[in-house]
Amino acid sequence: MATKVVMEALSPTMEEGRLVEWKKQEGDVVKAGDVLAEVETDKAVMELVARAGGTLLRHAVAAGTTVPVSQVVGWIGQPGEALGDGAAAPAATAPAATPVAAPAPATGAVPAPVAAGRIKASPLARKMAADRGVDLSRVPGSGPEGRVIRRDVESAGAAPARKAGPAFTDVPLSMIRKTIAKRLSLSIGPIPTFYLTTEIDMERAADFREQFKTLYGDAVKISFNDLVVRAAALALIQHPACNAWWQDDKIRYWNEVHIGMAVAVEDGLITPVIRNADLKTLRDIGTESRELAGRARDRKLTPDQYTGSTFSISNLGMFDIEHFTAVINPPEAAILAVGSIAPVAAVVGGQIVPRRRMRVTMSCDHRVIDGATGAQFLKTLKQLLENPVGLQS
Amino acid sequence: MSTYDLIVLGGGPAGYVCAIRATQLGLSVAVVEKDKLGGVCVNIGCIPTKALLHSAYVANLVAHDAKGLGVEVGPIKTDYGVAMKRSRQVSDQNSRGVEFLMKKNKITVIKGTGTLLPGKKVKVGDDIHTASKAVVIATGSRVKGIPQIGLEINKTTVISSDEALFLDRAPATMAIVGAGAVGCEFADIFNAFGTKITLIEALPRIIPIEDAESSDALTKSYKKRGIAVMAGAKVLKATVGASDVTLELEVAGKAETVAAEKVLMAAGRAVNTENMGFKEAGVQLTDRGFVKVNLATLETTAPGVYCIGDVAGPPMLAHKGSREGTFVAELIAGHKPHPIKYDNVPSVTYCHPEVASIGLTEDQCKEKKLDYQVGRFPFSANGRARATNDTEGFVKIIRDKKYGEILGAHIVGGHASEMIHELAVARENEYTVEEVDLAIHAHPTLSEAIAEAALDSMGRVIHT
Repeated sequence: MATKVVMEALSPTMEEGRLVEWKKQEGDVVKAGDVLAEVETDKAVMELVARAGGTLLRHAVAAGTTVPVSQVVGWIGQPGEALGDGAAAPAATAPAATPVAAPAPATGAVPAPVAAGRIKASPLARKMAADRGVDLSRVPGSGPEGRVIRRDVESAGAAPARKAGPAFTDVPLSMIRKTIAKRLSLSIGPIPTFYLTTEIDMERAADFREQFKTLYGDAVKISFNDLVVRAAALALIQHPACNAWWQDDKIRYWNEVHIGMAVAVEDGLITPVIRNADLKTLRDIGTESRELAGRARDRKLTPDQYTGSTFSISNLGMFDIEHFTAVINPPEAAILAVGSIAPVAAVVGGQIVPRRRMRVTMSCDHRVIDGATGAQFLKTLKQLLENPVGLQS
Repeated sequence: MSTYDLIVLGGGPAGYVCAIRATQLGLSVAVVEKDKLGGVCVNIGCIPTKALLHSAYVANLVAHDAKGLGVEVGPIKTDYGVAMKRSRQVSDQNSRGVEFLMKKNKITVIKGTGTLLPGKKVKVGDDIHTASKAVVIATGSRVKGIPQIGLEINKTTVISSDEALFLDRAPATMAIVGAGAVGCEFADIFNAFGTKITLIEALPRIIPIEDAESSDALTKSYKKRGIAVMAGAKVLKATVGASDVTLELEVAGKAETVAAEKVLMAAGRAVNTENMGFKEAGVQLTDRGFVKVNLATLETTAPGVYCIGDVAGPPMLAHKGSREGTFVAELIAGHKPHPIKYDNVPSVTYCHPEVASIGLTEDQCKEKKLDYQVGRFPFSANGRARATNDTEGFVKIIRDKKYGEILGAHIVGGHASEMIHELAVARENEYTVEEVDLAIHAHPTLSEAIAEAALDSMGRVIHT
């Protein structure tokens, strides 16, 4: 009878493993010690090796399947040899016997633009935009009748823009994320939160706001909070790992950016949502946030105006709060707590000078966001607010 | 003394098109032309050579193909003089056509040589004309010899296309120096009229600006027809006699001698920039002798003076000049014309088989280190080409691997000059190989070979 190949406990704490890829195919001759497959454990991706020589007669599970330790994943023996126990029902242990690939667009098909109305763009510009994650609806066209052509996409490529495609992508939990979630929830539960704080120099942002005022007068006002909303939206496009929802068995990474904005109301707090904040100009964000805040205080928000945010911001700067931590609004993975902008003694070029600074603290759900991931997001946010020219367009 | 919005120096394909477009936009325009309207193109270039090439095509068709097609005509006799006279009629018709267009558009044609004066003024004879908006230089180019090696054009034994177009009989032997479009076209013409041709090119292959595969295909076709092709040949010395010329050459390190009744000079052209007051009016030239222009506006170093066509720089092609004419007319009229895509100017040699191309050659793609995939389709596998005995040649499309962009396209074949425009339109509109294939091609047509080459570049060719 053929020899069973089982999922081995490749680490002391391993309870199950995900067979990432078969390195030997059915019918391949193997000798003891050959790598049969790659297995992702709770710690790392490791190799599953053959314990006997012969022919790999059958894969009992397909690549991508998660199986408990000790379960049979294949058989090694002589061609024609009987497989024995469990061989009859490999499908039962391999729910993903036919790996379901994400529906790929047909070759050459150009995904329809998300924005309403037809976008005039050349086929080459469309392909380049799709590849580079440039949103064609935001690219000014220089071709005939405003058609978007290659050079427009090339020059737009520098600015971050969300990728064309579905609103979000669900990613099943990897073994390591499962372990992090399980262990950290035991420690601080049910949402294992950690906090990251950084101080942002707001001198340029303040100047920028002044320039904005000079240009547009009182007709369009933008607040520091509007700048933070826009900066966060743009930073989230670059760090989609922070623009996510915890969904128990999977993480939903959002392609769209909807920013929840905590607003204090008479007997509590509500977070109206600025939808697609990354696609909106500062002026639009300014106008919309004022309108939403007014409706919130008047209790006139409709449900679609306060649900569906993918990331939230709470600002207590106006109350002179230097620094605080905000409570995550589940299922979102993070919230940003924004403190007051206050002059502090800063060292610039070897001199102590007064600078207007602002401290922000991000609360992160560790099941979704790791320390480094959150830190990278904050770094981008800081760069954008310290160089507000990037907030335009 | 009269005033116009715009004065154009030169009534060739750049100048007269510029004039017409400007009047369409409401400007008053004068064109200064010393010779016939239509310039080199209409009178001693594009048009008469196409007429002669058609005669050559018919001669070859009757001599070599007719019998097999079921049409026997007996021994054939060719007469270059008759073909030449017909080509003159065609040229004259076209020149008169341009005259008619000038009248129809109420464009003043001033006969004579114009001299540019500072301050947007042009002197013709004793009259000084003023342009209120702009002067456009479109003075074109002319043939040139190579006096350094004894090949000065003497118009009898050492001739240029200017003389070749007016011969009343085909010479027995002819050496053609320069195997670009002009040299190759005359080789085709005179070969069909019984002249023994030696085609000499200094660069390693004929039609050197075209893709190497196109050169190879044309070389094969010419050799089959008895045209001696000497590429990589350096003319060391020319001995010009009263009735013939002897050329001493070095080909691949070996000395060769070619004697011919006439030598046709087809190695480049000189631009017309002399004795027209350019320098005094502040119009500077480049190191290579072209008029120096701002490439974004085609304005020269003299404010309000623009330059288009051959004299503004390569490629020296009528259709490039015409496009520049339209462009500056719109600019001068205060419009915002679309920039000219100089990398999307089709290049055509009208010999048989015709050679046409657009964009980059494969060698250029290699030099630029582009990640590309070549798609090919031979006309020998195309039904229409078999039916019409036009099985020489191929379509070659170079596809950018990442986005499917058409980096370059090369066609050698019976109607390549007409077919290239599908790819010109595709490239102008940034269609990729996929859109070219998706456009349904009628069957049976030679153009199906374009769709097949597009498919081949994606590894999906159907008919080979």
